[in-house]
Amino acid sequence: MTLNGLFQIVLLLGVLFLLVKPLGGYMARIYEGNLPSFMRWLSPLEHLFYRMCGVNPGQEMRWTSYSLGVLWFSLLGVLTVYALQRLQGFLPLNPQGLGAVTPDSSFDTALSFVTNTNWQGYAGESTLSYLTQMFALAVQNFFSAATGMAVVIALIRGFARHSVETIGNFWVDMTRSTLYILLPLSLVLAMVLVSQGVVQNFSPYPVVQTVETTTYDNPSLDAAGNPVKDAAGNPVTVKTTTQEQTLPLGPVASQEAIKELGTNGGGFFNANSAHPYENPTPLTNFLEMLAILLIPAALCITFGAMVGDIRQGWTLLATMTLVFTIMLAVAEYAETSGNPAFTALGVDQRVSSLQSGGNMEGKETRFGIVNSALFATLTTSTSCGAVNAMHDSFMPLGGLVPLANIQLGEVVFGGVGSGLYGMLIYAVIAVFIAGLMIGRTPEYLGKKIEAFDIKMASLTILIPPLLILVGTAMAVMMEAGKSGVANPGAHGFSEILYAFSSAAGNNGSAFAGLSANTPFYNLALGLVMFFGRFWLVLPVLALAGSLAGKKRIPVGAGTLPTHTPLFILLLLGTVLLVGALTFVPALGLGPIVEHLTMVGAH
Amino acid sequence: MWKELRPAVVSFLVLSVVTGLLYPGLVTGLAQAWFPGQANGSLIFKKGRPVGSRWIGQSFTDPGYFWGRPSATGPMPYNGLASSGSNLGPTNPALIDAVKARVQALRAADPGNTRPVPVDLVTASASGLDPQISPAAADYQIARVARVRGLKTGQVQALVTRSIEGRQFGVLGEARVNVLKLNLALDELTHAP
Repeated sequence: MTLNGLFQIVLLLGVLFLLVKPLGGYMARIYEGNLPSFMRWLSPLEHLFYRMCGVNPGQEMRWTSYSLGVLWFSLLGVLTVYALQRLQGFLPLNPQGLGAVTPDSSFDTALSFVTNTNWQGYAGESTLSYLTQMFALAVQNFFSAATGMAVVIALIRGFARHSVETIGNFWVDMTRSTLYILLPLSLVLAMVLVSQGVVQNFSPYPVVQTVETTTYDNPSLDAAGNPVKDAAGNPVTVKTTTQEQTLPLGPVASQEAIKELGTNGGGFFNANSAHPYENPTPLTNFLEMLAILLIPAALCITFGAMVGDIRQGWTLLATMTLVFTIMLAVAEYAETSGNPAFTALGVDQRVSSLQSGGNMEGKETRFGIVNSALFATLTTSTSCGAVNAMHDSFMPLGGLVPLANIQLGEVVFGGVGSGLYGMLIYAVIAVFIAGLMIGRTPEYLGKKIEAFDIKMASLTILIPPLLILVGTAMAVMMEAGKSGVANPGAHGFSEILYAFSSAAGNNGSAFAGLSANTPFYNLALGLVMFFGRFWLVLPVLALAGSLAGKKRIPVGAGTLPTHTPLFILLLLGTVLLVGALTFVPALGLGPIVEHLTMVGAH
Repeated sequence: MWKELRPAVVSFLVLSVVTGLLYPGLVTGLAQAWFPGQANGSLIFKKGRPVGSRWIGQSFTDPGYFWGRPSATGPMPYNGLASSGSNLGPTNPALIDAVKARVQALRAADPGNTRPVPVDLVTASASGLDPQISPAAADYQIARVARVRGLKTGQVQALVTRSIEGRQFGVLGEARVNVLKLNLALDELTHAP
């Protein structure tokens, strides 16, 4: 890696660490109802809103009511997103006159956006109307993020309080996340993105006359719109020429901003953040990467502030950064090394002042290798899933990194809310393991960790691997599963494994060669996303309720300090060990065997 | 169970209007007022007609033009309605064949040139619409373009050097050359009296 490449990475993390403390502290104040003066003008609106909803903001909920709030709110989201896609042909803001989306794709997309997965089975520019994009999808970008933040705040309250039955008010937490955190940040980011060239309008797609005439093979369609095939089964094509190019537009910047800030990741366009209209310049790329990491990292500080010991937050952030650095190093190395098969063909993949070199298949020139590998690592460390390069075309070890990141549970920064609650669950498991080793009752932040708590923590750790491994196993045994595969050999297996990992982890990125917009994958992945989200949220909230009810025990001589380098190592070991034990065999069949075959052949 | 239904319905409706209509509406209003060129696609006009966008690449196959990144969009390359990468895996024989064919096409258009081919010139971009190539990829094509157009190498070289955009603020991203803008400038150069 060049000095500049290293500097770009250090700069990103440096700016991030400068911002986490003020933002983390700000969020803690928001959730504790102690608004800073520059936000107080919104407070009357907030309270008017509670009156309309019939909510008493001072009245808190037990974990069961809190969960019901999450579930009702999410159910309305699923129904609305489904309905808007099916009815978009009759609704306004549809200048391209796009018709109804198929039922299975609508189902998949509805679950995908409500669960903060934002898996794209569809190609936005040719499928969804502007109304669907902003009133169905962008709304869920806000709501699913706000829900994730509310859940983690409830869990933090579980640690911070003692001997009470309630963990906060879901409607208040969700509203404050949206109004005081997500909306202001999105507004600022959206405007900067537009100034750099991200589009924002409601116009029909303009058609431009290109400089050169393009000649191409156009597949022939029969009267029903199906491709015509010749006697040998090959598609029949007609030589066609065109000197026109249609440019896709829409309200992109407003959606792009919340897509990154809410770690949603569902692109306005098919190519996501690789599309020049979503991510035109290195600056937009830098800001989008920063936006993905910002809230998840800052929530660690919010956690520290709310439990009254900021060191606890820094400890979690340090652990996350450590895992992130290891993963990033592998991805950067693999992609910079390039593809050995290309070198034999007379292709120059060396890094120089004139080119970034490396494996440029599926990457954009303006980002080069450094920013593509960096984006891939951080979009899968978090549950974002936006991409600025095609992970399917990464080198075997380069593609292993995003896959492994998702399988570790996206606890490295993680999704907004979901990352921190995942990491806190690992912390509970870590103190439990430490307690077993020294024969003492485990405790974390003054709370005794007992049988019920470990059961809930185990559920959240075990459900995603179950969904991923069983889902993948079923898909590779069924014709409907195998027929979607685009690349031969071990890489084809990786595509399926990635799809189920991404769905269960609510990530949304893909080895996109897999044709997943089929009834089988839309249904299977839709269900996996649903269980991957709500079967984790419920045990986490149950744990929050259980913790809040416990007495606080004073720190004693036998208490394991949880803000030390030793604890960082223990936590790191727990995360990597659980991940490794669960997924190494599956990874062995996919990217690892592909890497070994490649090395063996050259 | 039903107690949480009313807040769910009302908050869903009100916040949907705020985040799904007011917020994008406000951003659109401000964007159209402050940055109308960028907000509407950064179109490039020639004699009053739009000939492309600064950010969306076009297909070039004439040896007298600089070629851009290979594009995997279907059915035609650089299809604005179907942004996509190839999604070919690194060990897929189809990828190796495609790269081989692109190297051969470049060599056939420029028989004297035996330098190794810069990698971005033979690999498909992520979006299929990449507007730019690396300075190395532009450099590789200078001799061919100059010969086909009957220009001096130095003239084309100077144009390419002027067209290189460095890293943003000297730090971010990679150096690059916008292919459409370079080719439009090339046409101006040739048609100039």
